[in-house]
Amino acid sequence: MSLIFAIFLPIIVAFVIPFLFKKVSNIHTGWFVLLVPLGLVAFYGTYIPDIMAGNTYMEEFAWIPSLDISLVSYLDGLSLLFSLLITGIGMLVVLYSIFYLDKEKEKLGNFYVYLLLFMSAMLGVVQSDHLISLYFFWELTSISSFLLIGYWYTKDRSRFGALKSMMITVFGGLMMLGGFVILGIMGDTFSIRELIDQASTLVNHDLFVWALVLVLIGAFTKSAQFPFYIWLPDAMEAPTPVSAYLHSATMVKAGLYLVARFTPIFALSEVWVWLVTGVGLLTLFWGSIFAVKQTDLKAILAFSTVSQLGLIMSLLGIGSISYHVTGDLVTTFTFASFAAIFHLMNHATFKGSLFMIAGIVDHETGTRDIRKLGGLMSLMPISFTIAMIGSFSMAGIPLFNGFLSKEMFLDATLSLQQFNVHSLDSWWILFPVIAWIASVFTFVYSLYFVFHTFRGKYKPELLPKKAHEAPLGMLVSPAILAILVIVIFFVPNFFGNTFIKPAVAAIQPLAYQVPADVGFKIKAWHGFESTALYMTLGIFLIGFLLYKTIAKWVPLYENMPAKISLNRFYDGLMNLSDKGANRLSSSYMTGSIRSYLIYMFAALIILLAFTMWVKDAFVMDLTNLAPIQFFEVLISVVLIISTITILVTKSRLTAIIALGAVGYTVALFYIIFKAPDLALTQLVIETVSVALFLGAFYHLPKLNKYEKGKEDRRFRLNNFLIALGVGVMVTLIAIASHSQKLVVSISEYYKETVYSEAGGGNIVNVILVDYRGFDTLFEISVLTIASLGIIGMITVRLAKKKGDRKVENK
Amino acid sequence: MEILMSILIGFLFMAAVYLILSRSLLRIIIGTGLLSHGTHLLLLTMGGLGGKSAPVLADGITDYADPLPQALILTAIVISFGVTAFSLVLAYRAYKVVGTDNMDLMKGNEDND
Repeated sequence: MSLIFAIFLPIIVAFVIPFLFKKVSNIHTGWFVLLVPLGLVAFYGTYIPDIMAGNTYMEEFAWIPSLDISLVSYLDGLSLLFSLLITGIGMLVVLYSIFYLDKEKEKLGNFYVYLLLFMSAMLGVVQSDHLISLYFFWELTSISSFLLIGYWYTKDRSRFGALKSMMITVFGGLMMLGGFVILGIMGDTFSIRELIDQASTLVNHDLFVWALVLVLIGAFTKSAQFPFYIWLPDAMEAPTPVSAYLHSATMVKAGLYLVARFTPIFALSEVWVWLVTGVGLLTLFWGSIFAVKQTDLKAILAFSTVSQLGLIMSLLGIGSISYHVTGDLVTTFTFASFAAIFHLMNHATFKGSLFMIAGIVDHETGTRDIRKLGGLMSLMPISFTIAMIGSFSMAGIPLFNGFLSKEMFLDATLSLQQFNVHSLDSWWILFPVIAWIASVFTFVYSLYFVFHTFRGKYKPELLPKKAHEAPLGMLVSPAILAILVIVIFFVPNFFGNTFIKPAVAAIQPLAYQVPADVGFKIKAWHGFESTALYMTLGIFLIGFLLYKTIAKWVPLYENMPAKISLNRFYDGLMNLSDKGANRLSSSYMTGSIRSYLIYMFAALIILLAFTMWVKDAFVMDLTNLAPIQFFEVLISVVLIISTITILVTKSRLTAIIALGAVGYTVALFYIIFKAPDLALTQLVIETVSVALFLGAFYHLPKLNKYEKGKEDRRFRLNNFLIALGVGVMVTLIAIASHSQKLVVSISEYYKETVYSEAGGGNIVNVILVDYRGFDTLFEISVLTIASLGIIGMITVRLAKKKGDRKVENK
Repeated sequence: MEILMSILIGFLFMAAVYLILSRSLLRIIIGTGLLSHGTHLLLLTMGGLGGKSAPVLADGITDYADPLPQALILTAIVISFGVTAFSLVLAYRAYKVVGTDNMDLMKGNEDND
């Protein structure tokens, strides 16, 4: 199976899903879907040994060759790790969803199509080597996320959350596209690997920092970093399997992937180091503080995800310092990249299981409000055990994998001390302090999440359903993840060697040639001299005290001013753009044809004048003119007088007769200019037209002058000015077109061949019926259609009375 | 002559646009009629007005008027008649249904559908 086919496999399968859902009603559609991630996990699994040895794989498919855009599937340590996460967690999530979503009540066809679409998009993001196709897949993940959040589209909150996530992530995506284009201009290539090779020259380019900031905005919006994180809590309206999959394990990590992938390019700039580290730490801090005040189980997990993403982000930032140091210090900082990838994997395991447990609680009790929950421990013992494992891991307690990566994180922040530039020696301490405070709050909300749900007093009267343990099938997926949480703690280096080292080698290509060069070993015990140990002990102590007193200090959050929240800002912005767009479009979309005609005429004048001015086409050639005869002047005067009569008359009859006069003088012109066929036709048509006008005249109202009064003088002046502009423009074009014949007329061809080819003498007639026979046929068809329309309008009686007419004008 | 015709065409266009922008349906239809006259003459002028003889083959004559614009105009005359007839009946019908021929009152919006 080719790598590119593997990316598109889920989308291909998605085409069959709606039929399966419709036709096979006794089997849950999820079982069919499950085969896709199952097969893909096995497929990507076969690459593990080769990737561990340091090989990479690449496959190219020319997508838009004329623009040099291709789909390049590039598999190295980093993309393999993500691909395995996407398909592995995807598999568990699909399994879980089979029990979570009822096959009778839910529109499973839609759900699984969106989910498979997402799977393809996400695989595309992490494997694309071409920036444009990366962007394409990136936006596809935003769209599938939008669809999945809005899955229960009858709920207002779902639609709101879907739109919010879409707005923010697509905004970031567009910024990122800008950054990609700048990168493409700077390096003259869209291939990420080729850009990495040029990194040392790119860094001196003037636009480098712009590209960096724009790409980071893309990454920050997707990975819910401060201040863009606000979409993630609202995204929790999605069905829980979706939250577990997209909004904790995979899609929100696309931003982290992007940062990791671009580290070899952008890390050469210090702006990158401080932006990524700073924003990451700020997000970690902010998310953990606000997680404590949430009352919805999934909201706690959402803020916790925000905070954990910030943690990984800051680790990636610290890791990129390795590009600015030499000697032994390099490994001090590449260690942070190692920790980042390790925690990324750990987070996927424990957060995935916690989300599934939150879904189970919701499913079995009917509420996610932590104030109503409590005492479920004895009713749902298995769920409780899993939740405890996940929470303890998140809190960083030993025997669970979160402990290992949390200690590594603390170590990494402490290592900032050794990056002594910009007189950092005094305030580097801020970073470990912020990290420590955030970890304390992480500890608090982890305990809060598990114990307030499962311990305490059972309040059955507050629960919509009678609580009981979930069906076994639903527990399988979170249980597998929980087991992984423990297994990783005991054999961390197996996972380190298999998955993490190849990924780190991809982020730090300068420091490591092959994954085996990455010499880190993960240890639970670092000895008593480790500062991180004391920090961890402090976290446990202070965290426990804060948890015990939680009821006393949580009300303090109420003092937060609601007016300056980011959500208010977002709502205001949306409201403003809504109203602004409305006002703008209604200012020119008046519904009056006259306005649109004015735009057209004005555009005609401006565009033509501009083009002719630029092309220097205003020419007047007085040499080759036909002589003016007295008779022609006379006809012209008649024409002008008739036209003026139409303009000024107040009588319908006069206007119609004057129009007829114009038509007949035009016919006279045809005669003068040697066009007998035209003259004949014009005379006939003009006669019929006048007759028609007179016939309709009887039924039409008087030629009212609607233009009266002072305002109407302006109205008429406007009309006159536009009319004058058009008239002058047409005159100039007519003169210019006569004065310069740039190409030889094709008329000569007709003149020469009319007899030999078509056997006719009247050239005009032959052109019409022979050379352009089809044109004439269609002309007749147009007339037929027009006459059918006329007959219809005259003979069909008014079907509805005036009051019944409803014009949809939305 | 071409210059005179150009000015005449411009004048016809001006009058036509002025009528089309007015509020009365009948004046708009008359405006489109004038517009097609102007366009026909413009086509003819663009081809050159100096032809000595009508474009019908005859012995000993070489200087024909340009036949191509004439062919185009012939088609256009017929089509513009179709347009005029159709819009005239449309105006009649609209007047019957809506009860006005004032374009401002006929435009569809929330207050006025």
